[in-house]
Amino acid sequence: MEKTKINITDEVAIHISNMNKWYGNFHVLRDINLEVMRGERIVVCGPSGSGKSTLIRCINRLEEHQKGRIIVDGTELTTDLKNIDKIRSEVGMVFQHFNLFPHLTTLENCTLAPIWVRETPEKDAQDIAMEMLEKVKIPEQAHKYPGQLSGGQQQRVAIARSLCMKPRIMLFDEVTSALDPEMIKEVLDTMIQLAEDGMTMICVTHEMGFARQVADRVIFMDDGQIVEQNEPESFFNKPQSDRTKLFLSQILGH
Amino acid sequence: MSKIAFVQKNKIPPSPAPISEVGFIGWVKQNLFSSWFNSLLTLISIYFIFIILRDFIPWAWGGHWNTKSLRECLDLNPDVACFSVLTARWKQLLFGLYPAEEYWRPTVTFIFLILSMIPILFPKYFKFFWFSVIYPGLAIWLLWGGSIWGVGIVYIGLSLGIFTFILLLKLVSKNTVLSGIGALIFLIVFFMFLSNYLVNFLNIILPIALPPVESLKMGGFTLSLIVGITGIVASFPIGILLALGRQSNLPIIKMICVGFIEFIRGVPLITLLFVASVLLNYFLPPGTNFDIVLRVIIMVTFFSAAYMAEVIRGGLAGLPLGQHEASASLGLTYWQSQRLVIMPQALKISIPGIVNTFIGLFKDTTLVSIISLRDPVGLASTIRADQTWNGIYWELYVAIGLMFFIFCFGMSQYSQYLERKLKTDK
Amino acid sequence: MKASSPPTDEKFKIGMLLSDTRYRGTSLQVITFIIFVAVFFWLVDNTLKNLALLGKDVSFNFLFLRAGYDINQRLIPYSSDSTHGRAAVVGILNTLLVAFVGCVIATILGLFVGILRLSKNWLVAKLMSAYIEGFRNVPVLLWIVMVFALLTEFTPAPKAFKGADPQATMLFFDSVAITNRGTYFPAPILNEGAYWVIFIFILSVFAVIFLKRYADKLKRETGKDFPTFLVSIAILIFPSTILFFALGSPISLEYPYLKGFNFKDGIHLRNSFLALTLALALYTSAFIAEIVRAGIMAISKGQTEAASSLGLRPNKIMNLIILPQALRIIVPPLISNYLNLTKNSSLAIAVGYMDVRGTLGGITLNQTGRELESMLLLMGFYLCVSLLISSVINYYNRSFQIVVR
Repeated sequence: MEKTKINITDEVAIHISNMNKWYGNFHVLRDINLEVMRGERIVVCGPSGSGKSTLIRCINRLEEHQKGRIIVDGTELTTDLKNIDKIRSEVGMVFQHFNLFPHLTTLENCTLAPIWVRETPEKDAQDIAMEMLEKVKIPEQAHKYPGQLSGGQQQRVAIARSLCMKPRIMLFDEVTSALDPEMIKEVLDTMIQLAEDGMTMICVTHEMGFARQVADRVIFMDDGQIVEQNEPESFFNKPQSDRTKLFLSQILGH
Repeated sequence: MSKIAFVQKNKIPPSPAPISEVGFIGWVKQNLFSSWFNSLLTLISIYFIFIILRDFIPWAWGGHWNTKSLRECLDLNPDVACFSVLTARWKQLLFGLYPAEEYWRPTVTFIFLILSMIPILFPKYFKFFWFSVIYPGLAIWLLWGGSIWGVGIVYIGLSLGIFTFILLLKLVSKNTVLSGIGALIFLIVFFMFLSNYLVNFLNIILPIALPPVESLKMGGFTLSLIVGITGIVASFPIGILLALGRQSNLPIIKMICVGFIEFIRGVPLITLLFVASVLLNYFLPPGTNFDIVLRVIIMVTFFSAAYMAEVIRGGLAGLPLGQHEASASLGLTYWQSQRLVIMPQALKISIPGIVNTFIGLFKDTTLVSIISLRDPVGLASTIRADQTWNGIYWELYVAIGLMFFIFCFGMSQYSQYLERKLKTDK
Repeated sequence: MKASSPPTDEKFKIGMLLSDTRYRGTSLQVITFIIFVAVFFWLVDNTLKNLALLGKDVSFNFLFLRAGYDINQRLIPYSSDSTHGRAAVVGILNTLLVAFVGCVIATILGLFVGILRLSKNWLVAKLMSAYIEGFRNVPVLLWIVMVFALLTEFTPAPKAFKGADPQATMLFFDSVAITNRGTYFPAPILNEGAYWVIFIFILSVFAVIFLKRYADKLKRETGKDFPTFLVSIAILIFPSTILFFALGSPISLEYPYLKGFNFKDGIHLRNSFLALTLALALYTSAFIAEIVRAGIMAISKGQTEAASSLGLRPNKIMNLIILPQALRIIVPPLISNYLNLTKNSSLAIAVGYMDVRGTLGGITLNQTGRELESMLLLMGFYLCVSLLISSVINYYNRSFQIVVR
């Protein structure tokens, strides 16, 4: 497998320090410290319930943290709505269950946000949308409804929809977990293409082959904390912590 | 880039959440005062509740329970409730004009009702199912009185009919329809000719009877329960047949079922009750005169069957696909696959809908007051017309409303509980 | 091996009528049909025999006979000299009036309560839940009777408004009186010039429609938002109001006033109409609230999350994503509840309101003794209404389905 080129710059894209989150009494994220550079590609893995989805959902404020700081692109994430809006327009997210809007066509799904958030004229928004749909290689589905597309196609539309807002950071939350096996490749290929074009991305995933090929850094989380992180080669071949070793044996074993 | 290599040395234990997030304070902050708008709503709601309680509690708490008339209540203290009307008339509200010395009969009937539901709801006690089967006859005899053989003969006849059916099936033809027609013919002959002699005979050798009570004397909550429960139970099999017929691909059967269902659902219940009280006599041979409560029960049954059919239709639609094909490929006949495979699943899915239909039907029983039967609402008007209580309204209506509310709300909570249980059962 | 001969046709046996799949379907239907027709004819035969015994025949002539009774609330001219047929029409219009007003109030209330029920404020959500469960679990007839009792016994008699120190006062600057004989509103009187004001108002409505079109076009082409809502309100209010005052207030109000023991002038809404409509509206609003809540909750959380992460604000999310999808779920059961309200209006007789059941199925039926014919017409009316509403639901379902493979 050919390794994708390295694009990491010196600019800090995401800075998280001493971040803690509780669900009621349950301490779901404990003392997270993380710095993501622009152009860096990070894969987060770990057993279910380890808090990995919660972590990236805190970055675009779908979840709120109670302690610590999160700074995205120089803007701190607080209760201030203006900050939240600014960050959300810089950060794109793709979900496990696609969450496309079923009552709108593919094209309308993609033009919705540019029109209503950035006040883009309809024609311009459509041009951008077609450009993104071509990037994910399904421009011919522009006028179909999500219910008429396969899972893999829907997920690619979801990626295109996020890209239409020209984000500088992309968050992927287990985006292939709900797909049939034969469709996983088309989505991963799209993500690899994005990575090669220099997008800063954080992917929560179980696809270790993808991690090996694309990631600059693999982070292992368990019990709401970062247990180990390293470059992919070192991570997969020479895991240090016992918990990492246990997890890897479970995932790669079968 | 080995500077990014990191291994955690010590596992971080969980810490308690900050105080403002959990516990009572946290809850209050999130739910009641999370934003200025929310806080405003909370304050308005608290004020609203305060006003209602301020007016209601003193009125209800200091109410009179033992005066003899409304006049007396007002003389003593006009600003509090006059609950004496309930003390004086609660028996009437529960039993109507049923003779007081026979009150044990409706009470026992109701207790037996709960007992008869147990073998059905709890498979553990299925061996008592015979009680559920004889319960309808028992209930009718307890409520209306008369000789026990009036009702017993129906059971005897039906048992003989089933016996004939099985006999024909085994000896004459394997065909269910033919044997069914044979048994039907036997039943018609039995009830038209033989039953009378048999009843008289049994009355002579073993007379068991209760004092008869006229239907017109029945009223109050008992009447609502009788009409409601009989309606639902009797409409159940009819509803199943209608639902199956509606799904059938035999056009005539489908048309008849669809026509019936749409007709019943298109007209208000009150028109059907009116048909029961005025027109039903026209449709039957001259000279037959049915008991009014029985006529009402018949119409209510038809009414409920149409709605039940729609609920079961929904249940049938919710079945996993391929059940019909699976049972057919196993060699089951139509009726066998219905009985063993399709219906059990469809009914399980429909249970919440069925309970809702029952709640609706129970509320609809109040309509019989318009054709002058003495259900609680009708009784309220009667009581208000009485000299002693003329002019009272809040106390009476609130009491009746509360009775219905407790019953219906209880049933709807049970239905939601069932829905949750069914979801997690899968 | 000897070649086997092709199977010969089996001889036809009677048992095959039911056991052979070729004939079974037809046989069953024929049997059902015969039974059905037999029962039907038996019923008709009994009916004719019974009617003959009572000396009645079946005819609809009574519709053209003089009615001979008065109807105290009516939308069209009617007197006791009018025909029974006209009385029936008055009843039908009364039914439709109650149904329409009731549905409108029920929808507004239901929307309000349903959306508030979803509030994150625990107290508000619980209060709305109490409202919904309270109204749903008590029979509608009881509500109707209760509201009527409240309006007739809890309210003052007209004469209580009399005198220098009256026991009761009118509301809204002495214009509305709630009494135990009904509620009196001011009635609008159209004077010289009134029609100009109305004309300008209708023009304003059209202007708002065109404004919306213009705003959409602007949005598409330049992407800019336009404050459509505020400008529409301004257009609706200002031109008509300015003209109203310029022409010297040509629309005046005729206020009800107390004369003797009764109020005169103004619009008089009787308690039977008010009680019936209010009770039906409150009862049905509880069901509508539940439908609204179920519809909005049915939209998965993921939709809101996806929209939020794209940067959309909550009100835009509601308008563009949630409501369009929720409406598809809400509308069919909503229309079903409208039908239920219309059918429940037949309980009008409990408070003395003359709806179609009170006239055609009530007094007409009793006076002429034409029970069979009246009931047939009455049920026919309700069937027509319900079939109409069912077809509206079906049409809506077909046209607005979300497209799926």
